[in-house]
Parts: sequence; C-alpha cells; structure tokens
Amino acid sequence: MSQSVAPVLEARQISKRFPGVVALDGVSIALLPGEVHALVGENGAGKSTLIKVFTGVHRPDGGELIYNGSPVAFGTPLDAQRAGISTIYQEVNLVPMMSVARNLMLGREPRGRLGVIDTARMYGEAERILAGYGVVTDVRRPLRTLGMGVQQMVALARAVAIDARVVIMDEPTSSLEPREVETLFSVIRKLRDDGIAVVYVSHRLDELYEVCDRVTVLRDGRVAHTGPLAELERLKLIALMLGRDLDEVRTGGLTRFSRDRRHARERDGAAPAVRAEGLTRRQVLRGVDVAVWPGEVVGLGGLLGAGRSETAKGIVGALPLDAGRVLVGGLPLRTGSTTAAIRAGVSLLPEDRKAEGIIPALSVRENIALAALPSLSRAGVVSDAKIDKVVEVFMRRLRIKAASPHQPVQELSGGNQQKVLLARWLAIRPKILLLDEPTRGIDVGAKAEVQALVDELAEEGLGVLLISSDLEELVEGADRILVLREGAVVGELSGDDVTEDKIMASIAERGAESDG
Amino acid sequence: MTGSPGREQVSRVLQQHGALMVLAALVVVGSVAFDSFATAGNAASVLVSSSFTAIIAIGMTFVIISGGIDLSVGSLFVFGGVLAAYGSQYGLFVALVLPLAACGLVGLLQGLLIARTGMAPFIVTLAGLLGVRGLMLAISNEGATTYLVKDSAFARLGQGGVFGLTWPVYITALLAVAAMVLLQRTAFGQNVYAVGGNEPGAALMGVPVARTKVYVYLMSGLLAGLAGVLNAARLSSGVTILGIGLELDVIAAVVIGGTLLTGGAGGITGTIAGVLLLGVIQSLINQVGNLTSAFQQVVSGLFLALVVVAQRLLGRAQRLG
Ligand SMILES: Nc1ncnc2c1ncn2[C@@H]1O[C@H](COP(=O)(O)OP(=O)(O)OP(=O)(O)O)[C@@H](O)[C@H]1O
Ligand SMILES: [Mg+2]
Repeated sequence: MSQSVAPVLEARQISKRFPGVVALDGVSIALLPGEVHALVGENGAGKSTLIKVFTGVHRPDGGELIYNGSPVAFGTPLDAQRAGISTIYQEVNLVPMMSVARNLMLGREPRGRLGVIDTARMYGEAERILAGYGVVTDVRRPLRTLGMGVQQMVALARAVAIDARVVIMDEPTSSLEPREVETLFSVIRKLRDDGIAVVYVSHRLDELYEVCDRVTVLRDGRVAHTGPLAELERLKLIALMLGRDLDEVRTGGLTRFSRDRRHARERDGAAPAVRAEGLTRRQVLRGVDVAVWPGEVVGLGGLLGAGRSETAKGIVGALPLDAGRVLVGGLPLRTGSTTAAIRAGVSLLPEDRKAEGIIPALSVRENIALAALPSLSRAGVVSDAKIDKVVEVFMRRLRIKAASPHQPVQELSGGNQQKVLLARWLAIRPKILLLDEPTRGIDVGAKAEVQALVDELAEEGLGVLLISSDLEELVEGADRILVLREGAVVGELSGDDVTEDKIMASIAERGAESDG
Repeated sequence: MTGSPGREQVSRVLQQHGALMVLAALVVVGSVAFDSFATAGNAASVLVSSSFTAIIAIGMTFVIISGGIDLSVGSLFVFGGVLAAYGSQYGLFVALVLPLAACGLVGLLQGLLIARTGMAPFIVTLAGLLGVRGLMLAISNEGATTYLVKDSAFARLGQGGVFGLTWPVYITALLAVAAMVLLQRTAFGQNVYAVGGNEPGAALMGVPVARTKVYVYLMSGLLAGLAGVLNAARLSSGVTILGIGLELDVIAAVVIGGTLLTGGAGGITGTIAGVLLLGVIQSLINQVGNLTSAFQQVVSGLFLALVVVAQRLLGRAQRLG
C-alpha cells in the first residue's frame, strides 16, 4: 500500500451545492488499488453525495474526477458501472416486487438460445452466488418478502458480482448481523487482495478498524483528515468527525455512559406492560413468549431470520398469527389489527423505514408530527405551537441536520431521515414502544443521544422492546435480553450476564445443535 | 425466513390468474345456461371482436407495468384505421406502413416527452388523445369523409382466415406470445418491471430508464395503430366515430388481468384473460337478449371495482405475509 501507487479513482477539489446547503466544498480524495478506504463523518457530512458524484448520479459544481489517470465525467450510474465502478447505495436500491434472482441478475441475465433469458440457469446461478454469501432462500420469491438483511446481502452480491475496479459501499452493514458482517469482510478482503479499491462507509467504528486501511474524515462537506487508520485512535477519530477537541470528547460523556440495569425492580406483583404468549406463525415464529414490564428495556438478540422483527410485528398485529395472544396491561389485544394495538398504546418503529415509514415529499416537521397528532391536538384541532415545540426539541436533541423544519425529508441525508422517523416514534409517547433497529445509519454522536432519550422514556415508565443488530447497542441499552433462534426464545440474559460475549455464546450454543 | 409461502403463493396466484379463473367459471356458467353460448360460432365471434382490444391491451400492459399510462390508444386506433383505409388506394404496402409509421411516431414523441422531460404520462397522452383525434377529424372533414378500403388483398387481411377464425385472431395470438417472451425473457422486459417497481432504484442499478420508457410508448402507439389497421381491413373502411373511450376499456381489461395500476407487476396472460373476460360478459349479456349494451358497461364497471378491491387486499396480504 505504498503511496507511490497511482490512484484508480481520484476526486480533485470537488464541490456540490444543493439549494440551501453546500454538501461538498473542495473535497479531494484518492483511492488506491488494493486498499479499503473508510469514508466517515457525521450524518449529513457529505459522504453519500461524494459517492453519487463519483458514480454519475450528481454532476459536481466544481472540481474534477480522474479515473485511471484521465479526467472523466460519468453521465449516469450505468456509465460508471460500465467503466468498472460498482456501488451499493445507502438505501437498498433493488426492486421489491421482482424476484430475488431477477434483482440479482438484472442487466446481466444469462442468455440461452435466440438471446432469450435462460431462466433455469438464471435461478441456478442466483442460488449459487447467494449461497456463497451464506444466504439460502428461494430465489423466485419476490424480494420484498425477505428481511432487510437478506436484501442487503442481495445488493452486496449484485455489486460484487459486477466486474469492477472500484467497489463503493455506502453503509452496507446497517441491517446485517455479526455473522453476515463477517461474510462481508471476507468478501472485502478478497476484493482488496485482487487489487480492487474499496470505499467503505459506516457509522460502526469497530468495523472500520477491522477492515479498513486508510480513512478520510468528512466534516460539513470538507475533508477534515485523511491518512492510515491504524495510527488513529478511536477517540481521535470521533473528535475529528465531530470537530471537537480530543479532551472534550474524552470527558464530554459522548463515550459510553454506563447505566444501571434495572434488576427487574418493581416487578413483583406488577403486571407487565405487554405480554405476548406463544406467538406462532408458520415457518417464522414457533411460540415466542415475551414480557416487558413498565420502565424496562428488553433487548431481542439473535441472527438474521431468527424472528426478532417478526415478534415485534406479531405484537402490534402487523403479522398475521396462527396462534398466540398479546396482553396489554393484562387485557387481551385483538390480534392482527394494528389499529387496536395503537389504540392500546403499543407502537412499532418498523425495520423497513422506506416502505413502511417515511413520507419523502412531506417536510421534516410533518413527518415528525404525523403520528403524534392525536396527542398534540384537542377536539381535533391541532396546536401549531405544541407541534413546533416537539419538532424543535427533537431536531435539536437528535441533531437533525436540515435547512429548516420545512425541508422535504427526501432531501435529507440517509441518517437524518432515520432520525426524523425515530423522532416520530419517540414523540408519540405510547405505553409500549417497539424499536426495530432504531439507530440504523445514525452517527456516533447522535447514537448516544438516542440511547439517552430511550432511557428517559423508560424512566417515565414506558416499556421498550429493542431490536438491534449492533450487539454493543443491545448490551448498553437493554436491562434484559432475550435470545431468539429460528422463531423461538432460546435464552434469557439479565444483570451482569448482559455482555456481548454471553449473547454471542447463547446464539452459538443453541446453534451448534441444529445448524451445522 | 419471513412470511408464509403458502398464503403468499395463494394470493400471488390469485393476483396473476384471478381473471383466468373467473373467465373459466363464466364460460362454464354460460354454457350451462344458454344453448347458443358454447357454440363454435359464438366462440369465434368473441375471439374476433376481442382481438383488436387485445392487441392494444398488450401494448398497454407494458406501459402500465412500467408505471405509466397511455390514454392516446383509442385515438391512435381510429387514426390508424383511417390512414390504412386512405392508404389502401395505393396498395397493401402503403395501407400497412403509413398508419404504423404515423402511430409509431406519435408513440415515440409521447415517450420522448415523458422520458426526457419528466412530464406526467397522464398529461402527455391526454394531449396525444386530443391532438390525434383532432388530426383524424381534420383528414376526414369532421368525420364526413369515410375512406373505403380499395385494396382487396388488404381487406382479406381483416376478413380472411382459416378454421373459422379470421387473421386478426391469429395475429393477436402471435403478438401475445411474442410479448410474453419479450416481457419475461429479455433484458428489455426486465427493465420494464424494474422501472415500474422502483424507478430511482432502477436508475442506480444501471437500468436505462429513459430508453425503456420511450420504447414502451413507441410500442403502445404501434400496436394501437396495428389494431386500427386490422379493424379497417375487417370493416373495409376507416370509420372515424369508433374508438371513443376505447382506451378506458383497454385499461380496464389490463387491470382486471391483474396488472397493478401502480406499476411493477403484471403480465400478458392476465391481460388476455381480462380482455376475453370483458368479451364473454358482453356475449353473455347478448344471450340474455333484452338487456342493452349499456348493461355490459355496468357489469364491466362492477368487475373492475371488484378487481381493484381484491388487488388491494391481496397486496396487503402479500406485504403482511
Ligand atoms: N437531493 C438533495 N437535495 C437537497 N439537499 C441534499 C440532497 N441530497 C443531499 N442533500 C444535503 O447534502 C448534505 C450531505 O448529505 P449526504 O447524504 O451526502 O450526507 P451523508 O454524509 O451521506 O450522511 P449520512 O451519514 O446521514 O448518510 C446534507 O445536508 C443533505 O441534506
Ligand atoms: Mg449517506
């Protein structure tokens, strides 16, 4: 990795403006063959914009791109792809209604006689490719019937399968479990050994240190630092991202605040806020029992497809159940009805925000206030002042970076869109809050703030069910953890047993029996 | 992993083949109820009269799957017919090429406008509908001039046939098979689904979105023109008053056939079933006798409403599944 190697792809003094913001301001970055280059920065720092400039989605307002030693300007993502730049964009960009195989092979389907697509071969190849990523599924099923993690693996397989010289990954692991992340890393290492330049964007710092060679830190559209990653201490990296002093970060509580786990306190005698009994759904859930007491944060651990999201969906009635019941405050809830759940005070922040949550064309303010409207209005009349207040508080506390509360959400960076949705759910103040991947795509600074907010809500007596593929977040956020495997609870950890190692062990231990 | 394949598959099959099942059921009911229904003659007449709608509906299926709509097809159908009848005085070749070129050109222009300027398909093709109708009125002196087909070879194209069916039926069948292959087994077909299913995503996946859209509208224009040509050959004249509201019948047939009006899903088999379903309903109503054809529209309308409701429910079942 000597610096004398000529870069494959280079940006020189790139600028890009959007109405009201300068997203990139004279950014220069060089990608060397055979390196994994981390691109980091807070939400809205300009990472995705830089990537989209590289791949012809956005035209830069200034500066130039050099590819293989000569200036280029890609007109469309297709041009960039043809030239050998393969990209996984931040939002999983596949076609939900098309089958897994057709998504994977779109644009390079195997041809048979007469140039017609050879479907048998296409399905076979798709199965083979995905098996290489540890994904075993019926490739004829529509993509949307699979979980976000599997979809992300399909997007990954698709990008890597294209013969590329540069592979760009914008938060490829946001929906992945540790095991899938390992698979991804081995893929990345192989790419690197093949002399391909890899750009890796992630808000999970551990991952960066594990797989990246160099790092470029973006802050407010400018390069704040670039250099070898190993030499850069973790706190220093955070300080660079946030633009604060190292000392300030060290003492400023941004690092882990340790919380006292509530040892099932006040539990005796009290009824759980929500209790799910024997949730069953063919091939997905096999009799899951979950209970959350008021003031408690319960984490759900497990691998992809273990049934965590499905458990949450089952509780709020978004997944039809074959058997089982849900009790809220001791009273049975009509199953299969999300309206009944919401009325009873149970809300779910869904995993697939794009399909089930965000309303892109509405403003930040409207998106936040949407679900909380009933509680912010009296006799059907909405109080503008109250809404303004709520929106202001969340925008400040979650550090939502927007030109104004009236900016359409679709113009926000990926992480800031996530924050808006999170704010919407936190603003409802239900009795029970189910959070499925609440901090996906959210930067380190805001993550701590999200934890603090959830904690505050729990203090006020809210019951929280937390699902996260980030073990660190589970361990820090939850009082108690239930480990799921293949649709059943296989372990419970509480008190001092709540550690990453113990969770991993619990997942693996049971796994050894059924999974070779 | 997620979802239960059983329930999901049932709803998917219903979505894709619902029209076919209802069609089969209606044919059975009709055969039992009316002696004169299940005759070769009646079947042939349903097939013949459905074939023109079917040709247009094939093009419309592509358009709707790509997430668009084409309101101009009714006008283009008439326009193509008039041009064909007019051109037939110069022989078979002109009678075929002139209308196809003109209708293809209109489709191409609409496609370019939609794909390159991002204008809404509804507006662009509504303009097409009005503009082409105006053009047609102009060349026919407000409908006063009816061009009669002068070329007998051309007339045979619409009236001749074998085994009791006229050529347009066979042409429709060929086109349907070709369209199925195009949609399911070529890169173009896949691009159509991708554009309709997730347009921004498709662009990022390297799908040539604009080109795909242009082709889709070009194709729809060509097929509407072709249907007009065959109809002119059948009637031996280019009648100008036909085809008003035809675009709506076609859209109804496509939607009844299970193609999602929101784009991204659907198929040719369903569309053909949808067209035949409307044809059979018409025929059944004729059997009953004392009902007017207005009644047919009421029944078709009810059907459409039913299908759209069913699609929503099925769609929800699939999402939840
Ligand atoms: N289409 C757009 N219109 C207007 N502003 C935009 C648009 N796309 C991005 N921006 C703005 O540009 C800035 C940089 O956004 P970008 O998506 O590059 O951030 P990011 O570093 O990828 O953040 P994240 O970690 O949240 O993904 C943000 O302030 C964002 O609001
Ligand atoms: Mg981003």
